This record gives sequence, C-alpha cells and structure tokens, in this order.
Amino acid sequence: MRVAEHLNRSLHALLEKDPSVHVLGEDISDPYGGAFKITKGLSDRFGPRVMSTPLSEGGIVGVGAGLALAGDRAVVEIMFGDFATLAFDQLVNFAAKSTTMYGRPVDVPLVVRLPTGGRRGYGPTHSQSLQKHFIGVPGLSVYEMSPFHDAEALFTEIFGSGRPAVFFEDKVLYTKPMLSGGDGLHTFEVRDGWAVIRAEQNTEDVLVAPGGLTDRALTALRDLLVEDEIACTLLVPARLHPLDVTPVADVLHAARRVHVAEDGTAGGTWGAEVARLLHERLWGRLTAPITHISAPDSIIPTAAHLEARCTVQAADIRAHIQRAISR
Amino acid sequence: MIGAVRERTLTPVSEADLSRMLRIRHFEKALLRLFEQGRLNGTTHTCLGQEHVPVAVSALLRPEDHVFSNHRGHGHFLARYDEPHALLAEITGREGALCNGVGGSQHIYHERFLSTGVQGESLPVAVGVALRHKRTGDGIACAYIGDGTWGEGSVYEALNMAQVWGAPLLVVVEHNRIAQSTPTAAQMAGSIAGRCAGFGVAHHRVESVDVNVVRAELSGLLETVRRDKRPAVFEVSVHRAGPHSKGDDTRTAAELAEAAAGDWYAHYARDFPAQVAALEEIERAFIDAAVENVLARPLSEWS
Repeated sequence: MRVAEHLNRSLHALLEKDPSVHVLGEDISDPYGGAFKITKGLSDRFGPRVMSTPLSEGGIVGVGAGLALAGDRAVVEIMFGDFATLAFDQLVNFAAKSTTMYGRPVDVPLVVRLPTGGRRGYGPTHSQSLQKHFIGVPGLSVYEMSPFHDAEALFTEIFGSGRPAVFFEDKVLYTKPMLSGGDGLHTFEVRDGWAVIRAEQNTEDVLVAPGGLTDRALTALRDLLVEDEIACTLLVPARLHPLDVTPVADVLHAARRVHVAEDGTAGGTWGAEVARLLHERLWGRLTAPITHISAPDSIIPTAAHLEARCTVQAADIRAHIQRAISR
Repeated sequence: MIGAVRERTLTPVSEADLSRMLRIRHFEKALLRLFEQGRLNGTTHTCLGQEHVPVAVSALLRPEDHVFSNHRGHGHFLARYDEPHALLAEITGREGALCNGVGGSQHIYHERFLSTGVQGESLPVAVGVALRHKRTGDGIACAYIGDGTWGEGSVYEALNMAQVWGAPLLVVVEHNRIAQSTPTAAQMAGSIAGRCAGFGVAHHRVESVDVNVVRAELSGLLETVRRDKRPAVFEVSVHRAGPHSKGDDTRTAAELAEAAAGDWYAHYARDFPAQVAALEEIERAFIDAAVENVLARPLSEWS
C-alpha cells in the first residue's frame, strides 16, 4: 500500500472510531478529496465532520484549535506545508502556548498536516521543508510521516498527548509503498516511535533521518553496503521534536560515527539540534564530529536540473558518509 | 467616522449594574495606582470609560456561552465573574490567582472565559468553539475586540468562515476611537459597518453610555445569533478615558477632555449623583480591602 493510501485509511479509521474527530482543509471534500487525495472519501462518509474551508490557513488552524479547546479533536490539512507560515501565529502563540500559559495543563488535541518537500517541480513556494521553524516551540510537537510508522497510531498518540502537533508528510513519499520486514539486505524494525533499519547489529555508522528521506537514505545504505562494503544503520524517528533517543540508545552507543540528514535548508536546523543532543550523550564514544547533511542555503528552483542541485539526493548522503569515514 | 457619544438623560440604572460598573472602575484605578507605586510588575491595559459595555453584555450571556477577551479584558472578566480577588492575584502573581500568575493581565482562562494577548487571534478560535456550540445545540461564542483589531486579517477570515458556516458568534466591538496612540481615522478605511456588509454579516451600532440602552439594543441581535445560528457584530461607541496601558497617553488636552466627556461615569455622576456617591464609597472600600488582602498573600506557585 502506498503511503498516501495508508494516510487516507488512517484518517478514515480515526473518524470512524472517534466521533469527536473533525478534519478541515482547503479542497478536501469529495469528489476532489484534497490536492494529494489524502482525504478522499472522508466527506462522503462522515459529512459535516469533514469541512472544505476558505483559503485561510491562519483561520482554519484557529478553528481547529477552537474545536480542540471545546472538547473535539481536529486534523487540519494545509494544502502545501509552505503555507504553514500563514498559520504561524495560531500555532505558536495560541495552540502551543495554550497548553501551559494558563497556569495549568490545557489539552489542545490538534494535528496540522503539512504536505512538504521538493523533487516534484512545484517551485520555490511549494517545495520547502519548514520543519526547522517549528523546532523548540514550547508546547508544540513536530512529527514526520515515514513508510515504517502507522499513521493512525501517530495521530492517536498526538491526540492523547494533549499537545498540538505539526505533522510533515513528504510529497514524494506519498507515492512510495509502506515498508515492513526488510528489503533483502536490511531488516526493518519499529520500536517506541523509531524505525531501525540495518543489515547487521551494532554498525559503526548510524544515519538519523526523518521519514521523508527514507527512499534516498535506503538507496544510500544499499549503495554503501554493496559498493563500498560499509554497513550503516538508519534510524527514523516519527517525532522529530521533542526527540527522545532513549529507545535507540543501544544502536547509538555502538556507533563510532553518526550522520544526520534532513531536507531543510542549511542554518539553524533540526539536524543541528539532533547533533547537539547526541554530542552530549555520545561524546567520547564517537571518533568524528557528527556529519550534517541538508539542502543548501538556497530557495528551491523549479526546473528539474536546478531543483536537483538544491535538494538532498541519495548520492549526497552516500558521499557525506564516505567522506566522514575516510577522514 | 463615528461621532461623539450624544448626551441624553440616562434611564434609571439598577444597583447591581451600577455597582458592577463602579467595581470594575475601582479595580482598574487601583491597578494604575499600584503601578505608580511600583508595586505591580509588567504592564496592564485598563478599560476606564468602557466598563458599562461588558456589564450590559454579560447579563445577556448564559453559563454555557464562551467568552473570548483581549488585552483590555479586566472588565470583560469582572462583569461575567465577580471574582476580583482572583483576577488581582493573577495580575500580581499571588496565591489564589486564576492561572497561577502565568498568564497575567491578558492571558486568562477561567471556566468559559479565555483571553489572549495577540490582536484578532481569538476570533478564528471563537469560530471553532461556536461550531461546537452549534452542533451541541446550546450556547454561543462571544468575542470582544476593539476598533484597532480590524487591522488584522484574522478578523476577516473569521467573519467569513462564521458567515459561510453559520457559526453562532457574537463579536462585540468596543470602538473607542483610538488604537494605542493612533486615531482610528488614521488607521481604518471605510467603516466596521461597511466591512460587515461586505461579508453579509449582521451589524448593529449603538452610541450610548446608558447600560440599559446598550443591553436593550444588543438583546434582539443576540437572539438572532442564538436562534438562527449565525454571526453578528455589535459595535458600541465608547471613549477610552484612561491611557492605553500605564502612562502612555499622548492625546491632546482637548482630546482628553472629549474622552472624559464621553465617559459613562460623567453621565451617571451627573444624572444620579446620590446613587453614584453611595455605591462608589462601597466599591472603593471593597477594592481597597481586596488589594490589601491579595498583596498580603504568598507568591503564586507554578509547577
């Protein structure tokens, strides 16, 4: 099953099991079913709990927060994650802050889904990966969809936490299959919010990457293993922030080198925060500074040959890891 | 452009309404006094001159209704919940505070009252809450904003959604002719009525400092919000008799005189001098005692 279909089924299940769940977003109703068809069939089946909205990203995130505050649960789809900037106030100053700023815990069960990333030729304002702008906001969780994680379980986990979350979904990942078991070379294991992908136990190299990079990271892993005889373990967290590395402490503690990859642009990144966290834990065990792989400090051009230069490719990941090893 | 509040003879005021208006007023005056004495931290925005609006509105609200308030929200709170000790404790960070001193003057969440400090931010949230009210079949959302708030895009997103979806949302606009230091004429093109008309949203404006008149004029409009499940904007012409926050009033002497002349207090003191004097003594003493009581309490705790 493709990731897009899995997400769609997860939303169906969520709405079916919990009558308090509402889904809002631009053009999400049938027969259109959302720009990426993630909400297909929802409005036909669940009627007024699935609402196509005006083009008002800030407004609809506010409405979602209002529903959440009043006792419902809300999933808001922003058509392109780039437009999350229009909802920044509602996310940062209202939804996230409300969980604590009234002096006692206040539940705001709200998921804001953000189709994200480049490699589809949509150009500078429809291709960005804005995760880093939401890292470190008190009261706000940051998730990213992966082909290993069950989306319904993640949505349920977010609602249960009482904290609002932004939920990034890579737009190319939509077209890829969900993954389990292994790929012949690597085994895929999911534990406590992390996917562990490895060819052997206790590899000296460990790559940490959000779910949207899975296809490129897996290609890099295979090439490293087959062409370069380097076994590297891939760790994919579903929750990017706050990041709890405890469930994969054994994998990290066995590592000599850690590499972090992300789709965001260079500077003030999620990966830098991961490196800070891991340097504290792994200092003395590592033989090299943590490698950081990101998109360059650039907008994302539209033409395919230019876009490729400004987005992280499998070859970039492989080359960075090779370089780190040969240092 | 909205005109000056017209002078007219006030209708007889109930003791309950006048007491509450005076209680709010003395609460606000006490805050300004505490600031002058250096006994308050941070900042605050008082509603001097506007106290009659929430007193008029609150009597028409039901326990199940949600109220959304803004930076100038002490009157909104005290008109609905007669808990000045708890509010003062919140503002001064003392035991018994509404939100343990975390939210302070402009971030209060108590029962069905919520205030936030970002202009216009609460309106989309209020639409969400109103949609739940619509579904459950009882209650409305009531949001107080000022004339300056109409510069925010969120106001229009919210009005549009409320009208398209039929959300029972009452927006009360306290039009005090000035946004911090900028006269409304210098920051608002057209009118609030015209903007509402653009969305097909019901709008009614009242120009009176008479609490009974304000309430009576709101009553019918509020009924349509409840009955027809649709939004409405109720605009009340008021004067901000005090500064924006503490000592930051740059208005001219003539402008201040005009604001003072449009203050409900001046009208009530003129028309009902004995009643005002008697109740004022009670409320002043009550608030003075509340200040002493609250400031003697231990600091609030937040875990």
